[in-house]
Amino acid sequence: MSSRLAVEIAGLKLSNPTMLAAGILGLSGSLLKEIANAGVGAVVTKSVGLKSRSGYSNPTVVQVGCGLLNAVGLPNPGIHQFVKEITEAKTLEVPLIVSVYGFSSEEFAEVSSYAVKAGANALELNVSCPHVEKTGSEIGQDPRLVREVVMEVKRRVEKPVLVKLTPNVDDIIEVAKAAVEGGADAITAINTIRAMAINVETAHPVLANKIGGLSGPAIKPIAVRCVYEICREVNVPVIGCGGIATWRDAVEFMLAGASAVQVGTAIAFRGLEVFKSINRGINLYLKEKGFRSVKDIVGLSHRC
Amino acid sequence: MSVYPIAVNSLRIVNILEVVRESPTVKTFIFRDRLCGSAAPGQFVMVWIPGVDEVPMSLSGIGSDGVCSISVGLVGEATRAIHKLEKGDCFGVRGPFGRGFSFGRRKVMIVGGGTGLAPLSALTDKIVKIDADVTFLFGAKTRDELLFYNRMGRVPLGEVRVVAATEDGSYGFQGLVTDVAEEMLGKERFDVVYACGPELMMYKVFLLAERHRIPIEVSLERLMRCAIGLCGSCVIGKYRVCKDGPVFSGEQLREVKDELGRFKRDFDGSKISV
Repeated sequence: MSSRLAVEIAGLKLSNPTMLAAGILGLSGSLLKEIANAGVGAVVTKSVGLKSRSGYSNPTVVQVGCGLLNAVGLPNPGIHQFVKEITEAKTLEVPLIVSVYGFSSEEFAEVSSYAVKAGANALELNVSCPHVEKTGSEIGQDPRLVREVVMEVKRRVEKPVLVKLTPNVDDIIEVAKAAVEGGADAITAINTIRAMAINVETAHPVLANKIGGLSGPAIKPIAVRCVYEICREVNVPVIGCGGIATWRDAVEFMLAGASAVQVGTAIAFRGLEVFKSINRGINLYLKEKGFRSVKDIVGLSHRC
Repeated sequence: MSVYPIAVNSLRIVNILEVVRESPTVKTFIFRDRLCGSAAPGQFVMVWIPGVDEVPMSLSGIGSDGVCSISVGLVGEATRAIHKLEKGDCFGVRGPFGRGFSFGRRKVMIVGGGTGLAPLSALTDKIVKIDADVTFLFGAKTRDELLFYNRMGRVPLGEVRVVAATEDGSYGFQGLVTDVAEEMLGKERFDVVYACGPELMMYKVFLLAERHRIPIEVSLERLMRCAIGLCGSCVIGKYRVCKDGPVFSGEQLREVKDELGRFKRDFDGSKISV
């Protein structure tokens, strides 16, 4: 892979700016390895908490007009079981970022500290899952709580802390600032948008949980706007996430100010090859435009 | 370039055309769906029972006119709800998904047990049309649970040799279907073995095929949620059963030998024994 694509985010060295988004495939060490081999710059695991959760009944993932709707319900075996998978994935050649959720700042910190002890290179705090009560976006919608959670985690672990934000707020800038005040080393924007689908033949909401989060192309313009707004106001790297399926999408996010991009939903449509394909496209774009590094295009649109 | 959406992943509501009782615990539900009609044997669909659950089911019948079927054993809440459905009722369907069986070999052994016989029934319908020499070994605990056995006798399948094994000896050979397979593989040369059934049965058949150096394809079952390769619920080794399977080759099974027949993932992602 071209050195033109290398980036550094919060001290993490990535060979290219693509990352596996949280919530996708990342519950087993073996699959994380498979994804690392697919040419990704870093992987983020599925979110893990203190205790095991089975998640919701199916349907948990529904295809809608231009994206996917999901309410999986944070299934995970709990950090004490999950450390085995982290240990298995430790031999990855790319940074391993463990996504963490909790029902209190203490829980966030406790899970984070176990994850780091097991070998996580960084953490991504999930204060943005839109479909589980008392955690996720219920925390992420309150800047004060976000600051408290990040501070508590930073107090307990030495590794970089990314904070993934929800777009389901009036003012995402305010939440981003609170995260940075708490000590966040980077911001990931955005998680899914609260949404719903109803089947007209049966009048049933399709998701078992009725309400879930929308991902995919439908939310890309919203995510681009969030990244654009956030990186004007904070001095930490922003990682773009939301509807990225092609190199054009990735470049657009970087022009908006993202230092790296996360890909999730597009894996369903383009397979794990999506990472290599995006990287090839970014590389060609840089070459054609005469940029020596992908870092040179980060935030370029702000000059206009 | 738009890559969305996945055509087969659209949710369709289908009406039940007919319900056939196959055994005391298994019913076949016949419905019409154009996309399912284009499925390959071994592919599966996600069946949605509104308000209850959505579960993976192999197609047990695939008609090019779109008339297809699923055969459902009673195993839990979702299958109990499906069993209550009658002719004229409806359910939701997405799919077909995954990789089905491959064809083209002449002398074929099929080994099936329990509701694992469902995809093998669709497979047999297809391969008898391409002039294969088929030996079909049916396994069940008891005579009443020998699924599709009579159907195989009914259809004009001159070339299909059918052998039944029941654990209680109430019909056919007394013992495990894998014992019959072992004996036959010792005497005759087959070009391929297809298997579907309880995982320990499939593991045994895999070992037999390995010993006799015969290509094998088995259809695995794991917990499934999204069915489109995203959620990771159906992981086995480096594979996703919904995307890379459900039908796996002997080479692939070798790569997941440490998991096959031993453990699978539970709803919370933790490992539990098969």
